[in-house]
Amino acid sequence: MDFVWDQREVILGGFRTTVWLAVTAGVLSTVIGTLLAIMRVGPIPPLRWAGATYVILVRNIPLTLVFVFSTFGLPRMEIRLSFVAFAIIALTVYHSAFVCEAVRSGINAVDAGEIEAARSIGLPFRRTLSLVVLPQAFRAVIPPLGNVYNALLKNTSVAVAFSVAEASSIFRRLSNDDASATWPLLLTTAVGYILLASLVFLGVRFLERRSAVSR
Amino acid sequence: MTVALYDAPGPRARRRTLVGSLIGGAALLLLGALVIKRLSDTGQFRGEFWEPFGRAGVQRILLRGLVATLKAAGLALVLALVLGVVLAVGRLSSRRSVRIVSSTAVQGFRALPLVFLILFAFIALPELGIDTGPFSSVVIGLTLYNGAVLAEIFRAGILAVPRGQVEAAYSIGLRKGSVLRVVQLPQAVRIMLPALVSQLVVLVKDSALGFIVAYPELLRSGRRIYTNIGNVIPTAMVIAAIYITINLILSGVAAWIEARQRGGWRRRSGVPVEMSLGVPDAGVAT
Repeated sequence: MDFVWDQREVILGGFRTTVWLAVTAGVLSTVIGTLLAIMRVGPIPPLRWAGATYVILVRNIPLTLVFVFSTFGLPRMEIRLSFVAFAIIALTVYHSAFVCEAVRSGINAVDAGEIEAARSIGLPFRRTLSLVVLPQAFRAVIPPLGNVYNALLKNTSVAVAFSVAEASSIFRRLSNDDASATWPLLLTTAVGYILLASLVFLGVRFLERRSAVSR
Repeated sequence: MTVALYDAPGPRARRRTLVGSLIGGAALLLLGALVIKRLSDTGQFRGEFWEPFGRAGVQRILLRGLVATLKAAGLALVLALVLGVVLAVGRLSSRRSVRIVSSTAVQGFRALPLVFLILFAFIALPELGIDTGPFSSVVIGLTLYNGAVLAEIFRAGILAVPRGQVEAAYSIGLRKGSVLRVVQLPQAVRIMLPALVSQLVVLVKDSALGFIVAYPELLRSGRRIYTNIGNVIPTAMVIAAIYITINLILSGVAAWIEARQRGGWRRRSGVPVEMSLGVPDAGVAT
C-alpha cells in the first residue's frame, strides 16, 4: 500500500487524463452526434443518407480499430498531433454515432400530436425542430445519453494501447515497476473508475430530475 | 421514423429540398474528394500497399486472425451466458446475502472498463499463481463484463415472463427451482434471443481489445501486416470492411429471429405480444 501512496500523484495524473479525454470527447461527440441526428431526421435526402452511412459504418467497427486509424493512420496522411489529440479524435468519431442514435430515439419519443400541432400552426421544419421537438427530445434523451457517456468514460481506457498515460496505462506501468504492488494498484484504480462512473450516474440523475415534468 | 417531422412537400418546399440536396450533396462530395485527395497525395492508393492483400500469405494471416476473433468471442459468449444466468438467478434469489453478492458483482463488472478487466486477468491473476495467457485474459475480461450485461438482460427476460405462467407452475406443485428451470428460463431465453445475438456483435467488436495484450485476433493480425509493409490505412480499411460484414450479418440474423419470433408469438397466442426488451447499453461498449 505504501507504494500506491508514494505514487499517488502519478495515479491521480492518470485519472486527470482519463477525465480530460472523457470530457473533451464527450462535448465534441455530443455536438457532432446531435448534428448527425438532425441530418438523419431532416428532409434533405443526401444528408439523411450520409448520416445513416456514418452510423452504420462506425457502429460496426471496434473502437480499437478507430484508434488505429487515428493514432497510426493520420500521421501517414501527414496529420501530426499529440497522442492525446489522436485519442480524443478516435473517441469522438466513435461515440458521435452512438450520441446520434440516442438523440434520434429521443426525437422519435416526442409525441406525434406535438409535431402535428407545430406543423398545423405553420412552423417550418427548422422551427418545429428547434422550438417543439428538440426541447422535449432533450428530456427523453437523457437516459440513453447517460449510457453513452458512461460507455465513453470506460472506453477512454482503450487509449492504453496508444501511448496515452490515462488511468489504465498508469496501472499497467506501475504494476510493471513493482509487481508486489499489483493488487493494491488494481483496487485503487478500480475504486477510481467506480467513483467516476458514480459521478456520471449522479449527473445523469440530477438532469433527469431537473427536467422531469408532470405530463 | 414513425412521425413525419414535415408535411408532404408542396412546390415551394420541393424546390427548397432540391436546393438543399444540391448544396448538401455538393458539400459532402467536396468533403469526400478532399479526403480522397489527401489519401492519394500521401500515397495510400499505391499498388504496393494494396497488392499484398491478393497474396495467399497475407490472406492466411487475416483468416487466422478472423478465426481467433470468432473463437474468443464465441467462447466468451458461452461462458458469459453461464455467468449471466448465475448472476441473474442470484439477483432474483430469496436469500438476501446471495442477492447482495450478485448485485455487487453485476454493478462492479459493469462499472469497470473492459480494458481494465482484461488487464486484471493479464497482470493481476498471474500474481495469484493463476497462469493466464493473452487468450485467457481476453476471454476472462469479455466473460466478466458481458456476464454482467447478460445478467441484466436475463433478469429483464425472466421478469417479462407473464406472472400467470409462474403462478400456474406453482399451483401444479412445482418447487421454486423447477419453476425457474422449467417455466421461466426457457421462455426468458426465447424472449431474449435477439438481444443475445446483438450482444454477439458487441463481443466480436470487443474482442479487438485483444490487441492490447497481443492476442493475435483480427486487428492484431492486421498490425502484423502493416508493421511489415507500412500500409496502415489500407490494412485498417480492409479490416474495417471485414468487421462491418460480420457484424451486419449478425445484426441481420438478430432481426430475422426477432421477426420470426414475433410471428410465432402471435400465431400461438392469438394476441400480439410486445416482448422486445430495452437492452442496457448494448452496442455502446467498445
